[in-house]
Amino acid sequence: MNKHLLSAGDLSKSDALLVLDTAAQLAQVADRPVKKLPTLRGRTVVNLFFEDSTRTRISFEAAAKRLSADVINFSAKGSSVSKGESLKDTALTLEAMGADAVVVRHGSSGAPHRLANSGWIGGSVINAGDGTHEHPTQALLDAYTLREKLANGEGDLAGKRVTIVGDVLHSRVARSNVLLLSTLGADVTLVAPPTLLPVGVETWPCKVSYDLDPVVPDSDAVMMLRVQLERMTDSYFPTAREYSRRYGLDNHRMSMLSDESIVMHPGPMNRGMEITADVADSKRSVIVEQVANGVSVRMAVLYLLLGGYSPAQPAVDEIVEGN
Amino acid sequence: MSRLVITGASILNQATADIVIDSGKIVEVAKPGAADTFGARVIDAAGLIALPGFVDLHTHLREPGREDAETVESGTRAAALGGFTCVHAMANTEPVADTAGVVEQVWRLGKEAGWCEVRPIGAVTVGLAGTHMAELGAMAASAAQVRLFSDDGKCVDDAVIMRRALEYVKAFDGAIAQHAQEPRLTEGAQMNEGVLSGTLGLRGWPAVAEEAIIARDVLLTQHVNSRLHVCHVSTAGSVELIRWAKSKGINVTAEVTPHHLLLTDELARSYDPHFKVNPPLRTQEDVLALREGLADGTIDAVATDHAPHPSEDKECEWSAAAFGMLGLETALSVVVESMVNTGLLDWAGVADRMSIRPAAIGRVRDQGGRLEVRQPAHVTLVDPHASWTVRPNELASRSRNTPYRERVLPGRVVHTIFDGKPTVIDGQTERMH
Repeated sequence: MNKHLLSAGDLSKSDALLVLDTAAQLAQVADRPVKKLPTLRGRTVVNLFFEDSTRTRISFEAAAKRLSADVINFSAKGSSVSKGESLKDTALTLEAMGADAVVVRHGSSGAPHRLANSGWIGGSVINAGDGTHEHPTQALLDAYTLREKLANGEGDLAGKRVTIVGDVLHSRVARSNVLLLSTLGADVTLVAPPTLLPVGVETWPCKVSYDLDPVVPDSDAVMMLRVQLERMTDSYFPTAREYSRRYGLDNHRMSMLSDESIVMHPGPMNRGMEITADVADSKRSVIVEQVANGVSVRMAVLYLLLGGYSPAQPAVDEIVEGN
Repeated sequence: MSRLVITGASILNQATADIVIDSGKIVEVAKPGAADTFGARVIDAAGLIALPGFVDLHTHLREPGREDAETVESGTRAAALGGFTCVHAMANTEPVADTAGVVEQVWRLGKEAGWCEVRPIGAVTVGLAGTHMAELGAMAASAAQVRLFSDDGKCVDDAVIMRRALEYVKAFDGAIAQHAQEPRLTEGAQMNEGVLSGTLGLRGWPAVAEEAIIARDVLLTQHVNSRLHVCHVSTAGSVELIRWAKSKGINVTAEVTPHHLLLTDELARSYDPHFKVNPPLRTQEDVLALREGLADGTIDAVATDHAPHPSEDKECEWSAAAFGMLGLETALSVVVESMVNTGLLDWAGVADRMSIRPAAIGRVRDQGGRLEVRQPAHVTLVDPHASWTVRPNELASRSRNTPYRERVLPGRVVHTIFDGKPTVIDGQTERMH
């Protein structure tokens, strides 16, 4: 594993499997009456959120606390960032406070990359979503969920057919998933109107379709991406209704799926836009499990990035071998 | 003492000669060793190539308004170190150079600094807002004698304003220097649109946004029979369009920056805003097409687009950073690496693209002359075999935003003579006056 997790593309297949296997072991903690391990005792994890994201922040916070790390939440709202403090000065402040890991969410693509490579901070940087670039821990939790549901929770995703539908152009979730799922051997197909596909998508390790209907029956999993309504005013598509008709997942399309296939969504959902309420609440939907798996996967990432050179090493060994 | 003798220089890498300068003019070009050096200051230029002083068509000196980034004095000192004897100061200052008062101020600051000639470029529209034509005639008639007009940084995107401006400047032999960027196609754009922008999640800046404006403008120029200069051409398609326009006899000239001759969008992978520039760094195919266009004369001039920014505007995340990079002190070396060492351009070609043609485009009367008797004595002496490491802290510019940090570049400006007086000797600026 690298020191930082900035892109899903940084993970080799063995790295990715190590994260998923570690997450599976750590997931068992969630079933215990006391959901806490001493692994990262004395280590400081800063959640540095320049963008609102309650669910991702809470997930990282829960993950760090279950590993007994000290957690500092730093959100742009109400902090000096809103008064115009630079990323550099914020980073230097965190460094002075002795952050061992910085979990960063930022509206600007590449901001975690800058934090990791600028020399401003010495700790590990974990990308919790940067602009329209990547969201690697989301891809890891999606891979974890896919493996649980489609591969008995073991090994890779060889031959599993995953269809990702929606606003690929602006989606950091899609970018990270294409990279990670293809690393794990899955066959990924992106479905979107041509306006919502980036230039150069034909070079990505996946297939691309403008039509959803022919792809659905051959999918082991369909992942619906959030589509923001302002895309309509920017003329990426004519109306919300037309988008829903052509690219939304409703009962009819869901009925074309094979029996074992699942429906995923990284949240938050626009019910009635990219996914109907019936589908979101159906038995095929694993959306709530994705959230639960997010905590385990983020525990695994923190453990692997911070545990390797931890003074709390004996406790780490005890946990991994004890399970 | 105004007599100066440059001994043993190779003029345009051809004949070796002694150049005798007196009172700002070249008074004699003698056989090596033949010049009378009695009472003269002698510059031993053995092994150096003598070129006419470089003329930059595109320099941001930032004064008035952003003296924290650059001043006329610091920018022209950087220019002298880069071998320039004339720079054209872009209009996007604060206040904008859209009146005779501002262009005369910049022109006078250049005179006072004395490092090189400063030719202000006037704004095309009031406040660069693109809606009302500025007083182009007043700027042309001012002491600054403005002949080039540009809203650089912004495109004159309104076709009617562009047409009127092209027509209006015919009255005083002016030209419009267009920053070709279709604004709607580049809203929020951060880097070249291509495979890499999709991967990096940075808003793309399509080549067509530049090319569509160039296509429109050459046709407008043909229609009103005026003169167009295209700033910082950056795409292969733009080169094709200009080549076509010239073949039709349209009066268009074009410039390319050193960085677009050497660097590609791959550098954005680092998310280091030192590589963020407008127009953006493009692909290797574009770089090769630009080099070819400069070699065959489709592109007339190398222009630096020297764009100083304080460090806080670069030490930040990509999307928050300012566009632009320094260029004056590295221009010659980058041209050597991309054009001379690749065999695309000889030293006569370097003189043509960095001095003679840009002076003609800017209508700068006393620059861009040949190194012959009776010509003004603007001479740049270059060591073609030297190499140097770019260290931002050692640059004369007030800003540090060079994209070549710690890069080893070939070729070095050793001496610069402006108006018969040395401004740079052995790579160091001379104390003036």
